Amino acid sequence: MAKAPAPVVDALASQPDALQNEWLSELKKQGPGADHRISESELSQQGRELLQLLGAAVATGTDIQSDAWRGVREFLERLSRSRAQQGFTSGETATFVFSLKRPLFDRVRAAAKDAATIGDATWAISELIDALGLYTVATFQKSREDVIARQQEDMLELSTPVVKLWEGVVALPMIGTLDSARTQIVMESLLQRIVETGSEIAIIDITGVPTVDTLVAQHLLKTVTAIRLMGADCIISGIRPQIAQTIVHLGVDLEGVTTKATLADALALAFKRSGLVVARAKTA
Amino acid sequence: MDRIPILRMGEYLLVTIQVDMHDQLALTLQDDLTAAVQRVGAKGVLIDISALEMVDSFIGRMIANLSRMSRILDARTVVVGMRPAVAITLVELGLSLAGVDTALDVERGMRRLRASVEESGASIVDLDD
Repeated sequence: MAKAPAPVVDALASQPDALQNEWLSELKKQGPGADHRISESELSQQGRELLQLLGAAVATGTDIQSDAWRGVREFLERLSRSRAQQGFTSGETATFVFSLKRPLFDRVRAAAKDAATIGDATWAISELIDALGLYTVATFQKSREDVIARQQEDMLELSTPVVKLWEGVVALPMIGTLDSARTQIVMESLLQRIVETGSEIAIIDITGVPTVDTLVAQHLLKTVTAIRLMGADCIISGIRPQIAQTIVHLGVDLEGVTTKATLADALALAFKRSGLVVARAKTA
Repeated sequence: MDRIPILRMGEYLLVTIQVDMHDQLALTLQDDLTAAVQRVGAKGVLIDISALEMVDSFIGRMIANLSRMSRILDARTVVVGMRPAVAITLVELGLSLAGVDTALDVERGMRRLRASVEESGASIVDLDD
């Protein structure tokens, strides 16, 4: 493990309060502190914490993946996660770390005697801060991706409600684009509901599906087949004129699948198949 | 060697698959069922697979074959109680079991079987009056 040059350790570890103040004024000039989106007290508290962790870690070496740096890494992960949630850009988040460079360089320049030492120390600091900055950006990106993944999951659950229309008739109003992962969930929840409710007729309403391509059509066919295998009937409703055109142009074979233009038509057919009659109450 | 029991209910045969199928068991069932249909002169076969949790392409094909074989021997077949996971697996395997009648549970399956047997006019009905 590479040892940090002595001037670097000194620069970070000695007089932390002074360093922190210099850094803070740097932060106020640029980055998230500049437009007061983060309060000064919060910034200074975060700065103090990071400097403490850095001072302890840098004495052991400069490999930020090592165990001694775990505290620093965890702090940066927390920081970038909260920054991501507050809606900062990755650049603004990274600037928090990068802005530490100038105060450190100043200190090295003030303390060192000759140009070679200054050069070495500057390079070492630069490498170290760059590594920390990149780590911050990487975790920032990851937490953003986590947020997106969670939202996708939420959307999946929200967008597949299976509703019971009548005794023995369930319907699935589908909203949004269909992809493989969604279809899988849609199919599973629909089949599960068919078993739970003992429904003999399932209606899939695709009014809310913006486009149908061969893949989507294939997914629909698979669902219809699975429903038939379980012993229930499936009706597809809500096919818009454009989608009907697309399906024919694509050459998708929907033979053997009952299709209806509207959910009402599908429900009427379901009634007919289950031998139910809807009649208007006689007005006196 | 274990076998899957085939129960006779009048002119119908009832096969309930309660254990996980393995290939030899499936082949034995195929032999037993065709023999039973022929011996009894069954008009309908009801295969209950509600306890079947796992299928592979072989078992899937076997279910389809059982249905076709019975058909040749003049017995209608209804497969009942397929679990969602099994249905999805079969579809993903590309087995749509075309031509196989299905129903949600044994009761509905029996109703369907009666209807399809009556439709084919194969049933011999004892007229009381």
